[in-house]
This record gives sequence, structure tokens and C-alpha cells, in this order.
Amino acid sequence: MFKRSDQDSRPSVRIVVDGAALAAREGDTVSAALLASGRDVRRATAVSGAPRLPYCMMGVCFDCLVTIDGVGNRQGCLVPVAEGMQIEIQKGKREIGR
Amino acid sequence: MNTTARHDSYDVVVIGAGPAGLAAATTAAEAGLSTLLLDENAGPGGQVWRAIASTPVRDRNHLGADYWAGSELVEEARSSGAEIIQRATVWSLDRNLEIGVSVGGASFFVKARRVILATGALERPFPIPGWTLPGVMTAGAAQTMLKSSGLVPSGPTVIAGQGPLLWLLAAQILRLGGRIDRILDTTERRNYLAALPHAFAFMTSRYFAKGLALMKQVRAKVPVVTGISELAAAGDGQLATVTYVSGGRRETVPAELLLLHQGVVPNVNLAMATGIEHRWDDLQLCWSPVLDRDGNTSVEGIAIAGDGAGIGGADAAIVRGRIAARAAVEALAPAAAARLAPMASFKASLVKAERGRIFLDTLFRPAPQFRIPSGDTIVCRCEEVSARDILDAVAIGATGPNQLKAYRRTGMGPCQGRLCGLTVTELMAQARGKSPQEIGYYRLRAPVKPITLAELAAVPKTEADVNAVVRG
Repeated sequence: MFKRSDQDSRPSVRIVVDGAALAAREGDTVSAALLASGRDVRRATAVSGAPRLPYCMMGVCFDCLVTIDGVGNRQGCLVPVAEGMQIEIQKGKREIGR
Repeated sequence: MNTTARHDSYDVVVIGAGPAGLAAATTAAEAGLSTLLLDENAGPGGQVWRAIASTPVRDRNHLGADYWAGSELVEEARSSGAEIIQRATVWSLDRNLEIGVSVGGASFFVKARRVILATGALERPFPIPGWTLPGVMTAGAAQTMLKSSGLVPSGPTVIAGQGPLLWLLAAQILRLGGRIDRILDTTERRNYLAALPHAFAFMTSRYFAKGLALMKQVRAKVPVVTGISELAAAGDGQLATVTYVSGGRRETVPAELLLLHQGVVPNVNLAMATGIEHRWDDLQLCWSPVLDRDGNTSVEGIAIAGDGAGIGGADAAIVRGRIAARAAVEALAPAAAARLAPMASFKASLVKAERGRIFLDTLFRPAPQFRIPSGDTIVCRCEEVSARDILDAVAIGATGPNQLKAYRRTGMGPCQGRLCGLTVTELMAQARGKSPQEIGYYRLRAPVKPITLAELAAVPKTEADVNAVVRG
């Protein structure tokens, strides 16, 4: 869906998405890294389980909700990636306790 | 990263570090007022200058001169003496000018003598069939990814809608080697006639030549279909096709990505939750705060600058930021105000910056069928409520957006109405034969961004706070 510009020389940052390593770039938000990966990163909504991807990328639509380092319902479009960050694609509601 | 404010209280707290917020914070701090600038993003710049300090897009021609013009303002703000906290989400503001801020999962409160809201704009909802499908995004979303991560569309891509941002985005995608298969222009033909009387003023605006040049660049490379009167996205769990009608002819094209845009509207959530009076703007078709000439709101001590005060664009936002900050300096430190540029010079700059705005507002006034959906089309993305659901609720007695919450939970999901509020107001107004002003808007309350109960519970409490809720 998206490709990286060849002007982009930012250092790589390794994150883990549902157990698999992914090379993001320094300064990527979690959502940008997921969309750039080309993998199936669709979440499922809390109401009907419908598949969604980020819509606005600026913190207003909440369609980027994702579990980051064990905390659910984070806005992936507002959180920059960090080395070793653990991402889980959130299927449905946030679970109690995370 | 700063995770908390250095002080408990400030002369001026500015919320949002886009053009208006940067200008306001700089003006206030340079006049000697203690100033705190809070911003939700990882870096300053707002949306228009997003990632200006970190973008991987190094060829300066690719993002354009108007983008790089922001560097100067960012530098000025950084050296102004204003304290700047990034990744700070403001979730509460009350009439006592107490501000609830969340940074890195912990919250704190700061007090202000003056607050300047510079929370900017968001893209108008574009509720067409299939707009919740993965692969349908806003044009602004694509531009955010382009600016901050150098990402451009690589598969079959359709851009649909209207307005200056759409053409700027298309030009930027092409310059970076991205793919656009088709542009579907939804501008109503009758708008050209309506906008004509305002064309002369627009021709004297610097945006006129820029707009024409962008459209020419894009049209040379991408087929543009005008007069789009119907638009729908379809696919099974993922966007597969875009169907449109132009001049009575229906066509379906394959697409992996559909970028939608029909202008921007003020981001009103924080201002409304504070109790600031807003009115329906019949030209811009959105809620705008009621302001005096200096940007002061109906709540004592709070001003609004930038697109949150009514859409005016980045140049106007900078000037409005300076005006609001100058008014704050006049109120708090009159002697310092005397050293600032006179208010009259700011007002003259504002007139210049706003030149031609009515032309753009009239030409790019979105068509009713793209604002007021019908049938199964989703209106509230969070709670997955369709236009039919809402009309059914109206038929059995829902009178306005707040009653509708009890029937269908519209606006009660995490986005708190940001993506459905305008649609709900206009849909109910049409169904009930009333004006949007009469129908009204959701009653918004803090926290305007979701925070966890654990975070709320961890906020420092006084003994009086505890006694107020604990018995025995």
C-alpha cells in the first residue's frame, strides 16, 4: 500500500509485531511502521469485529488502536517506535488488566 | 523527553504547537511572560509543518517552500524562553484555567492566568459507503505519513474529494515517486458560479498562483475526473474498488488505497468541553467559537487562535496566534505590550492573510450528498451506527445529538464525536426540518482524550479532594 522514499536514510529501529521482528525507522509512529511493513495489520473493532486500519493518522479517529508493550487501546499514530517495542494487533476490546 | 511541567502555574499556557500555537507562545514568552506550550505530537509544527524537525524528505522542493517556512517559527519558539512539552495530551480545561495534561501515561495539572487554544483543525468527515474499510484513509493521513516517514502510495491509488490540500498532497506524492491512478474531483459545478464574485480577491492572494501551479503539475501526470456526484468504496474486509458517477456515467476502478478529503473544520472538542460558546457557520458548514476581535472566547481568560477559531489557513493562523498572545500581554503586563508591534499592524496582516478565503470556502463547499449520507452508510465509525439507524431513532423521538446517544451510542466511542458529530447534526437537522444551530451538537466533557482510571487515580490529591468523596 505504501513504500518508503529512497531519500529516507534514518536509522533502523527493531520492533516486534505479534512475535515477529520488524525493521521500522527512527521517527516512525507505530501506525506508520505497521502500514509500511506490508503485513496484514488490520485490527478488529470492539463493536462488530470489523477489520480496520488507521484512517486519520493524526490522533482523532482512534482506528489505529493497538496494544503497545502490554497496554491496550494505545493510539498507534501518536506513539513513536522504540527499540524492542512489543506490538500486538488488537482484535476487539481492550482486555481487563492490559 | 520532558514528562512534566517545571512549574505549577504559568502566565500563559498555549495548547497546540502548530502555526498559531508557536506564534502565540513565542510572542508571550518574548514579552517576558512565563509560558508553557503543550503539544500532542512528537515534535512541533502541527499538521501543516508536521515533522519539520525530523522529516526524512530532504529534497526541499518535494515538500515545498510553504512547508519549510515553518522552520523559522519553530526556531523562534525554541529560543523564546517558552517551556515546550511534546507528546503532551491535554484532556481537561476548566473555567478556573486549570489544565489536565497526560504525558507518558501519567497526568498532572497546571494553572494558567491566560490560556490560548491552538488545537487547529481536523478533516471533515467524508461518510461515503465503505469509508470504514481498511485502505480508505484521509488525504491528511497520507500527507502525515509522507512528511514524517517519507511514505508514499505504491499500489493502485485513488484520491477523491476537493480543496487545496488534495492538490498539494497529490503533487507531493508525485514528486516523491508515489503512485496515483486517478483523482475524482467532487467540487460541485454550481460552486464555480457561486464563487465567481469572490474570484478577484482570491487572485490577489498568494495561494492563487500556487494553487494553479499545483493543479497543472498534477493534471500533467494523473487523469482527473471532475463533477463527481456519487462515490463509494467496496471490498471484502479490505478496499478493492472505488465506484463513482460523473456526468451520469457510473464507473468502477480497482484500488488498494482511497484517500478522501473535503476540507478541514475546527477541532472543537477541548473548547466545547470547557463550555466555550460556539455557533454554526453556514458558509464553512461547521461549529466555530464565538470570539471577539482579539480571539477571546465566552470564557474569561481563554482565547482561541488558528484554524480552531474558524478555518483561515496557516498564514492567518500565525497572525491570529500573535494577536491572541498580544492581548494576553496587554492584560497581564501592559508595560511589556508597549514594546510589541502595535495591534493594528497585526490586524492589517490578518486582513491580507485572509484575502480570498471566501472564494475557497464557496468553491469548496462540500456537496450535500457527501456530508449527509443515507441507508447503510456508517456515520459513527466507533459505535458502527448507520444513517438509517439514526433516522430510525429520529422517527421514534430522538430530537438531537444528545438524545441520540441514549438511542444509539453515537459519539460515545473513543473518538468522542470527532468523526461523526458534524454528520449527526446535519443529518438530524435535515430529518427534522431544522437548522444545524437549532439541532446543536454533542455535549462534550473532560476527559476529551481517553485516559485510564489508574492514571486518573494516580493524580496528586489534597486532603480536601479525598474528604470530598470518602465517607466515614
